[in-house]
Amino acid sequence: MPEPLIADERVQAATEPALAVSQLWKVFGPRADRIVGTPLAELPRAELLAQTACVAAVRDISFTVAPTEVFVVMGLSGSGKSTLVRCLTRLVEPTSGSVLIEGEDIRGADPRRLRDLRRHRFAMVFQHFGLLPHRRVLDNVAYGLEIRGVAKTERYRRAGEVLDLVGLSGYADHFPDQLSGGMQQRVGLGRALAVDPQILFFDEPFSALDPLIRRDMQNEVLRLHHEVGKTMIFITHDLHEALRLGDRILIMRDGAAVQIGRPDEVVGAPADDYVRDFVADVPKSHVLTIRWVMRPVRDDDPLDGPELGADVVVRDAVRAVLSSAAPVKVVHDGVLVGMVDDEAILRVIVAEEP
Amino acid sequence: MTTLSAGAVRRRAARLPRGALVGAVVAVWVLLWIPLRGRDTLELSTSELTPLHERVNDLRDAINSSRGSSPVFTAFFDVIRQAVDALTVFLQSLISQPAYGRPVPLIGWLGVVAVATLCAYAVGNLRVAVLTAAGFTSFGLLGYWQQSMDTLALTLAAVLICLLIGIPLGIWAGLSDRLHRVLTPVLDFMQTMPTFVYLAPLTLFFLIGPASGVIATLIYAMPPVIRITAHGIRTVALSSVEAGTSLGATKWQLLRTVRVPLAKRTIVLGVNQTVMCALSMVTIAALIDAPGLGQVVLRALQTLDVGTAFSAGLAIVIMAIVLDRVTTAARDRVETQYRLGPKARGRRRVTLAGLGVGAAVSLYLSYTYVWAAFFPGPDSGGVVGGQVASGVTQASDWVQVHLGAVTDAIRNAISYGLLNPLQSLIAESPWYLVSTVVLALAWIVAGARIVPTVAVCLGLLVATGLWQEAMVTLAATLVATVIVMALGVVVGVWMGRSDRADGLIRPTLDAAQVMPAFVYLVPFLGLFGASRFTAIVAAVVFAAPVAIKLVADGVRGVPATVVEAATASGSSSWQVITKVQLPLARQSLTLAANQGLIYVLSMVVVGGLVGAGALGYLVVAGFSQSDLYGKGLAAGVAVVLLGVLLDRTTQAAARRFGADVGNRG
Amino acid sequence: MSRVGIGRFVAVLAVGALALTACGSKIENSGSTSPSKAACGTVNIAVNPWVGYQADAAVIAYIATKELGCTVTKKNLTEEVSWQGFGTGAVDVVLENWGHPDLKKTYIDEQKVAVEYGLTGNKGIIGWYVPPWLAQEHPDITDWNNLNKYADKFKTSESGGKGQLLLGDPSFVTNDEALVKNLKLDFKVVYAGSEAALIQAFRTAEQQKQWMIGYFYEPQWFLSEVKLVHVNLPAYTEGCDADPAKVACDYAPYDLDKIVSKKFADSGSPAAALIKNFQWTNEHQNAVALDIAVNKLSDDDAAKKWVEANPDVWQAWIKN
Ligand SMILES: Nc1ncnc2c1ncn2[C@@H]1O[C@H](COP(=O)(O)OP(=O)(O)O)[C@@H](O)[C@H]1O
Ligand SMILES: [Mg+2]
Repeated sequence: MPEPLIADERVQAATEPALAVSQLWKVFGPRADRIVGTPLAELPRAELLAQTACVAAVRDISFTVAPTEVFVVMGLSGSGKSTLVRCLTRLVEPTSGSVLIEGEDIRGADPRRLRDLRRHRFAMVFQHFGLLPHRRVLDNVAYGLEIRGVAKTERYRRAGEVLDLVGLSGYADHFPDQLSGGMQQRVGLGRALAVDPQILFFDEPFSALDPLIRRDMQNEVLRLHHEVGKTMIFITHDLHEALRLGDRILIMRDGAAVQIGRPDEVVGAPADDYVRDFVADVPKSHVLTIRWVMRPVRDDDPLDGPELGADVVVRDAVRAVLSSAAPVKVVHDGVLVGMVDDEAILRVIVAEEP
Repeated sequence: MTTLSAGAVRRRAARLPRGALVGAVVAVWVLLWIPLRGRDTLELSTSELTPLHERVNDLRDAINSSRGSSPVFTAFFDVIRQAVDALTVFLQSLISQPAYGRPVPLIGWLGVVAVATLCAYAVGNLRVAVLTAAGFTSFGLLGYWQQSMDTLALTLAAVLICLLIGIPLGIWAGLSDRLHRVLTPVLDFMQTMPTFVYLAPLTLFFLIGPASGVIATLIYAMPPVIRITAHGIRTVALSSVEAGTSLGATKWQLLRTVRVPLAKRTIVLGVNQTVMCALSMVTIAALIDAPGLGQVVLRALQTLDVGTAFSAGLAIVIMAIVLDRVTTAARDRVETQYRLGPKARGRRRVTLAGLGVGAAVSLYLSYTYVWAAFFPGPDSGGVVGGQVASGVTQASDWVQVHLGAVTDAIRNAISYGLLNPLQSLIAESPWYLVSTVVLALAWIVAGARIVPTVAVCLGLLVATGLWQEAMVTLAATLVATVIVMALGVVVGVWMGRSDRADGLIRPTLDAAQVMPAFVYLVPFLGLFGASRFTAIVAAVVFAAPVAIKLVADGVRGVPATVVEAATASGSSSWQVITKVQLPLARQSLTLAANQGLIYVLSMVVVGGLVGAGALGYLVVAGFSQSDLYGKGLAAGVAVVLLGVLLDRTTQAAARRFGADVGNRG
Repeated sequence: MSRVGIGRFVAVLAVGALALTACGSKIENSGSTSPSKAACGTVNIAVNPWVGYQADAAVIAYIATKELGCTVTKKNLTEEVSWQGFGTGAVDVVLENWGHPDLKKTYIDEQKVAVEYGLTGNKGIIGWYVPPWLAQEHPDITDWNNLNKYADKFKTSESGGKGQLLLGDPSFVTNDEALVKNLKLDFKVVYAGSEAALIQAFRTAEQQKQWMIGYFYEPQWFLSEVKLVHVNLPAYTEGCDADPAKVACDYAPYDLDKIVSKKFADSGSPAAALIKNFQWTNEHQNAVALDIAVNKLSDDDAAKKWVEANPDVWQAWIKN
């Protein structure tokens, strides 16, 4: 009983999605284009490989991303995330399906138009940074502008601004290998931001970093998102990262989408055992909203208790619920949708104890 | 440790049948050899020619007589030659030859030293600048200023053209898989072909003199820069390229801003290799009248003048060291130059300006005044060259007089104990027996896929009409390679285990590699007489340094933790060497054997000059006797065929072996 | 180096340079000021790889430069390649030619790019030689009939159980394999591979009293160092070497001659006359060659020494 893919309200609200992907396939291997649309496509990965020597890295993925949304793609390593995100910008040529960026089908773009899109509309941050070691930090950040042909003074000015934005003021004249990993990735981030793209793609940007620095960087992304409000497609194999950053999460397995949903949906209603395993040791109280623990209103419920919004996370509701003698009313858009009592809250918290 | 030794045991168990098979094949061979000895050996006496050889002679004559008229020459070869010639003559008139009505070149010694120092500092650092100044001055002190400058001019001309063609081609091959696939076998071939082999045909097309010397050098020195450049471009971090693409860089922008800058260090390494190859070939090109130090060495060889040969050889070694260190420093600077602080950069600029002013003044002086144009010193021998030469001559005489008995004994032991039996087995078996054995052995050690290549090589060898000669050469080559490997393992392990030994021996090996073989032929002749063994010794001197270095690097590359673990579990040094270091350095050992073979083969012709007979002698003779031209050419081709056969087989064996180790380990 | 250091360094250099200019002599443009030079021009002399030839070239070059004001370019080439040079203009002169009827046919008769230019006066003797100590201790060895008696003594690691007959420079056409066969000698021909190897072998043999027999020739500077002894083969008669496979007689004596390119011969250069008149003896050549090879004089010094000692000989060469 997989949860139907819940379309986000904001997506519906926006007139046009920032990114719309439908039925996207990427098959690596000899004569890869013969697979899609045939029974071969139904085969599990291993069998397909054995029969045709092809790898279906991305299979039949569809989703949309609203403007300013942070959309996270998550899965184990080898599940096709990197391939997917590269298909979106055609760093890897998709085998079939369509990718619309602000309504424009980028699969139909000729090389020139594609280059134009890459120069102005989107930018990418890479797992291994991909910095140019022979250039100063400033020149690395200005690289995208240089490619575009922006004059030197102008691009240095802009790069300087971006350096301030990503917290690297004062490092302009350093070389990448003089910086720590976290700082190098800030350069990568700065390079992507410098061209002022509408969409930012991140391919596991923080996987190579220490946990503490990773946390820092996640905060940085949240802050930047807050400040510049870009649409972001963020790849990670770390569920905590996904839950922290994502407005919505796409979970991939062996190239296919297993579930798409808000963090609380993924944790509260895992689509299958794969996802359930994934989310098993997530502290649910940090993710689930009380919507997920409330029970329907019974006739005998006392209605004098405090009120909480349906989107309040359990952890934040604990004090209010436990300190109130009566069950707490859960309200959404001014309408009473359910009740939360001590027991429901405690069940969530106790389940987290090892 | 336990897993490692278990793996080793299994490996030994699995390899046994292969070893046994080889043994069985050899045993059957010997048994068949006893009754069949001397039959169908395809013997051909030195003055006899096959129809093929005669046809090549006719072809040569035809080409010679059509040179003036055929458009192939007037529109192609002559154009190339004239262009190369123009460049060479220009460089010579700058630094080595009287020109423009002056009795001296445009730039005298002072100017050359100053400019060279400036260049060394500009691309490298102060240390190599000082080295350059000292090295260049020593050319004059040894009394070979002009010859050194000729060598330098030719080397520069060849290197310039190599880089002009090689770097773009290398970049292209780095970008295009198809070109890479096409180019690789061609470059392989160019590199396995012994240098002497193409000198004779080359003169047919490009005549003699500096230009064809430069062209011969080009052929020899071009492959490294193409290869290494392509490698550099190919191995640029994918993430950087992707980052560039994702920002919308065009192919050209990617090349300019990402690929080339990131591959620069590797490309400069290619330049270094090309410079070294060019220098060694310019020396050999003395045989086709390329001017320079090689001529001095060659003429000294004619009068058995060990001392002069050595001091000219020394000048070559010094030039090699200077060029090597400067290009190596240039490579390192690629890493460091962009991160110099503003202060350091300022200092550097001041030094550069200082050296620049110095160079300008020196240029003017050396253009105008005799003392700065002619290197001061006696007319011949220079300030120290005479002493060096006579010292070396005395030492060499002493050695010959006092060690004669010992060296005779060594020669006889190896010749009677190893070389003669092996040669008798290989060269006195019927050709079909040898062919079958070679095919079987190749199959066993290198797998079935090598068999067609080997069969084609054997067939072509028969077709050259020089089967028996080739077999005699093969026997000597194998003996030389065995000695090379024995030295390689002993000295290589020693160097790999001891930094002191490495520090002491490595420079000697470097020098031995760049010292032209002609220099040590005469003392060897004195010690061992004109014999196959002398040729083997010359080949060993040339090939052993490569093998030793490869083994040393392999032993060095064994992870310290593994050695530590073995020592901790109580292994003796001997056990560590035989049970850990050598097995783990196995890939390096096979590579050393492969390179050893190729280097030994490339000395076959030099061996012909000192009594090796067979193919080497025929190449030399074909070079100087018009009747033997075709036969000499066929002998050259036979050397190449032996090279391809041995190279392919050992490489396939090494690959297979590496794969085995990979699978089992 | 510090900033100050460099500044000082440059200053010292500049001052030093200025000081030196004061006492240096200037380079004069030689240009085409001397009229005789214009008349003579450049002469390209091929120098084949043996010292006797080098001696010829040294003396000719010395006289042509000093007396006639020519510019002489020496090119170190093998014989075969030198002849090719006639066709291309790279070579004007071959000073010492040993026979080579095949090359004469190609370049003189067929391509007509070269012409014969007279004898050098040197007599070439090719044959088999033994070191002097051997000839002294076994005088009968100089007769080929006795060679088989000693064959055992000549065995080496290279000769496969027979006596070793060492051959030298690969440039020379030899009959030795046929001779050994046709004279039924129990010897094997072994190729030393180069003149150097051959000379070194004779030198060692004499020094260490080793048994050795090999191919050699005169004139050759080495004979001034070690007086090798000629072994008599069946005497040469006209035509006895007509069929290379059936040769059973000694080598024909050579009258060495000079070859020049057609172009050079027609140029009217005074150097052409010099070369045409050039003639001397084996002793003359050996003297110069010995100075070059053993006494280590430069070509020019050796030539100068000979020229000063023998003015009457060479002055005859430049009289018109
Ligand atoms: N260029 C390629 N050629 C062939 N197979 C590829 C290529 N790139 C990726 N793959 C395969 O596609 C699958 C997905 O890879 P990837 O997208 O890198 O996964 P992830 O980023 O999730 O770790 C893997 O099985 C990988 O081996
Ligand atoms: Mg990935």
